[in-house]
Amino acid sequence: MTIDDTALDLAASVRAGDRSAREILDAHLAAIEAREPEIHAFNLVTSEVARDAADEIDRRVAAGEDPGPLAGVPIALKDNLCTRGVATTCSSKILDGWQPPYDATVVQRLAAAGAIAVGKTNLDEFAMGSSTENSAFGPTRNPHDTSKVPGGSSGGSAASVAAGFAPVSLGSDTGGSIRQPAALCGVVGVKPTYGLVSRYGLIAFASSLDQIGPFARTVADAALVLEVIGGHDPADTTSIPQALPPVREHLDDGVAGLRVGIVSELSGEGIAPDVARRVSEAAEALAAAGAEVGEASVPAAIYGLSAYYLIAPAEASSNLARYDGVRYGLRVDATNTPDMNLRTRTEGFGDEVKRRIMLGTYALSAGYYDAYYGKAQKVRTLIIRDFAAAYEQFDVLLSPTSPTTAFALGDKTADPLTMYLNDVCTIPSNLAGDPAMSVPFGTGDDGLPVGVQVLAPAFGEVDMFRVAAVLEAAAPIGEVAR
Amino acid sequence: MSDTSAATLPNGWEMVIGLEVHCELSTATKLFCGCPNQFGNEPNTNVCPVCLGLPGSLPVVNASAVEYAMRLGRALHCDVHRSVFARKNYFYPDMPKDYQVSQYDLPTNVEGWLELPDGSRVGIERAHIEEDTGKSTHVGGGGRIHEAGYSLVDYNRAGVPLVEIVGKPDLRTAEAARQYVSELRAIILAVDVSDAKMEEGSMRVDANVSVRRPGEPFGTRCEIKNLNSLRSLGRAIDYEARRQIDLLEAGERIIQQTRHWDEADGRTHTLRSKEEAEDYRYFAEPDLVPLDPTEADVAAIDASIPPLPADRRRALADAAGVEPAAAAMCVERDLDGLALVAIEAGAAPDRVLTHIDNNLAVDGADRLAPALFARLVGMETGGELTATQAKTVLADMVETGRSPEEIAAERGFEAMDTGALEGIVDELIAEHSDEWASFCDGNQKVAGFFVGAVMKATKGQADGKAVTALLRQKAEA
Repeated sequence: MTIDDTALDLAASVRAGDRSAREILDAHLAAIEAREPEIHAFNLVTSEVARDAADEIDRRVAAGEDPGPLAGVPIALKDNLCTRGVATTCSSKILDGWQPPYDATVVQRLAAAGAIAVGKTNLDEFAMGSSTENSAFGPTRNPHDTSKVPGGSSGGSAASVAAGFAPVSLGSDTGGSIRQPAALCGVVGVKPTYGLVSRYGLIAFASSLDQIGPFARTVADAALVLEVIGGHDPADTTSIPQALPPVREHLDDGVAGLRVGIVSELSGEGIAPDVARRVSEAAEALAAAGAEVGEASVPAAIYGLSAYYLIAPAEASSNLARYDGVRYGLRVDATNTPDMNLRTRTEGFGDEVKRRIMLGTYALSAGYYDAYYGKAQKVRTLIIRDFAAAYEQFDVLLSPTSPTTAFALGDKTADPLTMYLNDVCTIPSNLAGDPAMSVPFGTGDDGLPVGVQVLAPAFGEVDMFRVAAVLEAAAPIGEVAR
Repeated sequence: MSDTSAATLPNGWEMVIGLEVHCELSTATKLFCGCPNQFGNEPNTNVCPVCLGLPGSLPVVNASAVEYAMRLGRALHCDVHRSVFARKNYFYPDMPKDYQVSQYDLPTNVEGWLELPDGSRVGIERAHIEEDTGKSTHVGGGGRIHEAGYSLVDYNRAGVPLVEIVGKPDLRTAEAARQYVSELRAIILAVDVSDAKMEEGSMRVDANVSVRRPGEPFGTRCEIKNLNSLRSLGRAIDYEARRQIDLLEAGERIIQQTRHWDEADGRTHTLRSKEEAEDYRYFAEPDLVPLDPTEADVAAIDASIPPLPADRRRALADAAGVEPAAAAMCVERDLDGLALVAIEAGAAPDRVLTHIDNNLAVDGADRLAPALFARLVGMETGGELTATQAKTVLADMVETGRSPEEIAAERGFEAMDTGALEGIVDELIAEHSDEWASFCDGNQKVAGFFVGAVMKATKGQADGKAVTALLRQKAEA
């Protein structure tokens, strides 16, 4: 069935003229129509624009042109990626009615590679959350069990791939927002090295941590999309002017001789036993494939969560200041400008966003800066140092992606701290700027997907994907129903 | 430290002044995007997602703005270091991101100085790069924000590159402050990084003013804004110092605050006090990487800096055998090159400087051929022309480009010998005996009458000074 095919297969058949981009798109739109009402993966499905784009691909194939490596591949875009003339909301009321006048760099690159954007996916408002319940437009549900959350903040992008709405999608990862929902939805999710993918057109949450990356059902598809969207962009000066790691070239290299360390600080306390068991099995599978598996230590990683919840809100408090009702989006009128700003922001932002703006404003305030933001930056330096030390002994590291499998909607909304703990394993990579990805590896006791996280040093994507490919091949299969 | 002393304050009070000067860089494009950096276009036409701060947009540093800033910094004798952009956070409608990208603890230029014409040095604490804001227009309510019916914002200026030059509190008089701004402007123009027009806002000055008794620690300062001319600057500082002295002498204390200069009523008015001041929550701008110029970069910048006004004053002063301050006007008028060549060609330095200071504040003076100018001065000092004639010939030279000899001949100028002059004077004394008697009684006013009459009789060829001397001589005889 078309909606089970990989992006690689779909693009190959379109480029060969065996299938039309239009019929591939229509099959996915039909899947969306069938299940979207119960999943709510999308804020907006752009069927019309997508059909036009698919027809154009077909015309080009008919004319003997090659539309590119993602020819006719439907892709879902997280709704914090700017799309020209198409509403981009960040799942917030505050951007009400705003249509960006430009495309994000990644959106341009996908289109240039022949991909067909099918819609904008739901997220926790401004990517702040781990369950996609903080959306102004209602939660997304996990396709494997609709009483469960898909994870977050890129829950819509993860669910759309898990539900067969698109073979691949894009998300953004600030503290685990790609990897955690990938784990909970049983798909592959990649957070690349900071600076590997341009952030131009990604609506910022925390600029020094945000990174765009792909979701896919296979490791090879994730690699394909990463190669399309990655690489230097002069519009983002934090994007690194360096050649992309040749990930696809080495996907089948295996892991013989690779040194793999299980991060002890991210594998013990707080990790559900069924999840921990799967991580052990994954390590055994790698050892069986010839890797040298050992125990690694990243001592400062245990302070990652605390540091993150100072740095990310601090940057967010500044990044989100521009939503003031003056130029675009929501405006709630008042008799003077400060009151208009206040009323607009009071009405436009949800509780979690307000909480983080207040946390961040406090952390940066005169008299508190050194104790909070300054100290958090020092912790960040320690984490970078500890990872660097670990990577002297190991080529890649291994940990659970999420401490548990998908939890029920409403389970953790009452206590923000419990919700924040979801990201304890994923946050350290963001602070270090290193790449990490989640690979599905069997299920937990509840029959829901478990993800194993593979971590690598900056620009270590080749080794990271080699490990991911071996894990994918070794993963217990047939247990997860769609 | 400047010792330029002008108006002295009562009861031994001394003012302490530090200036913060914002200067718009005249780069072709804005600081973080490719929009034109142009003044006077239709509102909101020079804008793009970046300078409008649209969600998802990112800044890219304009290398030429950084180079301009470094050039100015080096001209101010600053050290150039690795620098980091920082966000200054506060809400304002004409600031698209509700934060300003500036520099905070690691600015591009630090620890420099500027030399005033009298040779004194004023310290420069830092000269950092930042982006300008847009401009608000308040419609209705007489343009006042609180009473306006609505406000319009023009973002053409948003993102224009600025350098803020923070001077040390080394200035002690309003006159020194004016000289500092003039000198800074001359340096900015010399390194060609801005048109530096105070009236148009491409150069904006804020003054920090406090008073103290000499030797005491600095007093509490107030910051004065809205200084749109050198005249406002001087008046505002003098007013503010007096205001503070009056308060202190009445036993009150100074409250640290920002004050607004009102040119119309000649006073400063409270804008906001320190308690109301914003907490800007500075932190390193995560969207930009640090600037890290190499030694070679700085050397290249240094090589691109032309001779600065202070160097030019010194060069001319050395050639003319005068104090640098005496060469200031020549340099200010950009005529020191002319002066140097003329002096080199043998012209008398004092006459050269006098002509430039008094007679060459005119269009076209810069086109004057130095060799001809030198010859004119030679004719004057050689007695072929009187000072008055030389001035007339010079004006003609500037206008027509002809040689001084040709002009003098055409006008029939030749210095009168003393005998001819004496004859004319004697005739006039005889004709106007009453006036002569009055002059001999000490009425100096009548001297003008006789000099004027001699000039008339000689068609301007007489030397006024010689006539005056002759009259005195005859009166005393």
